[in-house]
Amino acid sequence: MARKLVVVGTVVVAALALVAFWLLTIPETVPASVLAPHTPDLANGKIMFHAGGCASCHAVPKQEDKTRLGGRLALGSPFGTFYVPNISSDRTDGIGAWTEAQFVTAMVKGTSPTGEHLFPAFPYTSYQRMSLGDIRDLFAYLKTLPAVTGKVRDHALPFPFNIRRTLGLWKLLFLDGRPFAPDPSQTAQWNRGAYLINAPGHCAECHSPRNMLGAIKRNQRFTGGPSPDGQGGVPNITQQKLKNWTVKDIADTLTTGMTPDADFVGGSMAEVVRNTAQLSEADREAMATYIKALPPGGGSASGK
Amino acid sequence: MKIVSAFAAVVIFALGTTAVSSQQDPIAARKAIMKSNGQAAGSLAKMIKGEAPFDLPTAKKAFATFEDAAAKMPGLFPDNSKMGGETTASPKIWEDIPDFKAKFVKLGNDAKAASASVKDLDSLKATFPEFAKNCGGCHELYRIKKS
Repeated sequence: MARKLVVVGTVVVAALALVAFWLLTIPETVPASVLAPHTPDLANGKIMFHAGGCASCHAVPKQEDKTRLGGRLALGSPFGTFYVPNISSDRTDGIGAWTEAQFVTAMVKGTSPTGEHLFPAFPYTSYQRMSLGDIRDLFAYLKTLPAVTGKVRDHALPFPFNIRRTLGLWKLLFLDGRPFAPDPSQTAQWNRGAYLINAPGHCAECHSPRNMLGAIKRNQRFTGGPSPDGQGGVPNITQQKLKNWTVKDIADTLTTGMTPDADFVGGSMAEVVRNTAQLSEADREAMATYIKALPPGGGSASGK
Repeated sequence: MKIVSAFAAVVIFALGTTAVSSQQDPIAARKAIMKSNGQAAGSLAKMIKGEAPFDLPTAKKAFATFEDAAAKMPGLFPDNSKMGGETTASPKIWEDIPDFKAKFVKLGNDAKAASASVKDLDSLKATFPEFAKNCGGCHELYRIKKS
């Protein structure tokens, strides 16, 4: 009798755990009803496109035209290889048939239109900080870019990383859903920089170390990290490393790729500079102002 | 027995020295070249940023440095120089040697053309950014910084 009770008890606990897991990991969405009427500003959408570095991952590899967002780039990671999806305006293979609410949902909740969790290799941990207006402008701008046909293959991830549902738990831990909040004690320029760096720019995604679950170590943001594909490293960009760089040096590097000691940035940063070079001088200066103010130990505020 | 091992030691020593002298430590050689490239780029950047007055001989010398580097670099990547000496050379170099070498041919040609077209500060300002894409373009694919 006692043994039977134990067995029943175990089954009940397991069932409850399963239900709890299921409830905790339901992919969240943003309903269309929260999106107030909005007239898209395509020029601002283009700025967000460059600040967000969309083309760096989503442009078809090995081609000059960075507006053809057919995806296919293989992104190595400690969890397996991700194949960057097609986000061109193609209606079947890209995002041409997505609604605005579906796009906003992907950007801030990391949930696909089919209701699945997206992997955080797509940096929604940063994009969630973007303003709704900027995200909607970006969506409108993306729709003006060419349609590229071709579905991209599935990611190549070993078990258990291929179980998307488990990302629900990851999000409970690492996706707080808070948009960027300006710091009133700082200048407007610093705040613009903080926004561009932390929200669309997602700089910390590469320039920070990550924990065992693949999330950024919050108190070490911007102190550098391993290269995502395991080859080489991404530098510390706090004042620990850049104390001899002026604000202008940082802004110049984001314009030409040339550092103050006349080296030229390489690796994936070369691609980043191709994007930041398209921004206005004022925006690059704002980013440089924020970077110059990063405390040496990392973990800067306003990551939130 | 002693004689044999002494002979072996001499042979090994001789082989060792030949190996070193025939390669002249390619990793150190290419690091030295990249360092002088950096200094040359720095001298041009100073003029462009207005931190130094424009000086035509200095500019010509910088482009001559790049041209010289373009001529020497392709020969400094033998198969046995993939690792060691804290090299920042990417293994991708050896996956596509023809592309890697073609980049230096272009660098050499562009340096020659730039040297011919630069006459004053304005022409330097107009020429250098496009020329410098050679630098970043190659670092993007073929250099791996450790930190």
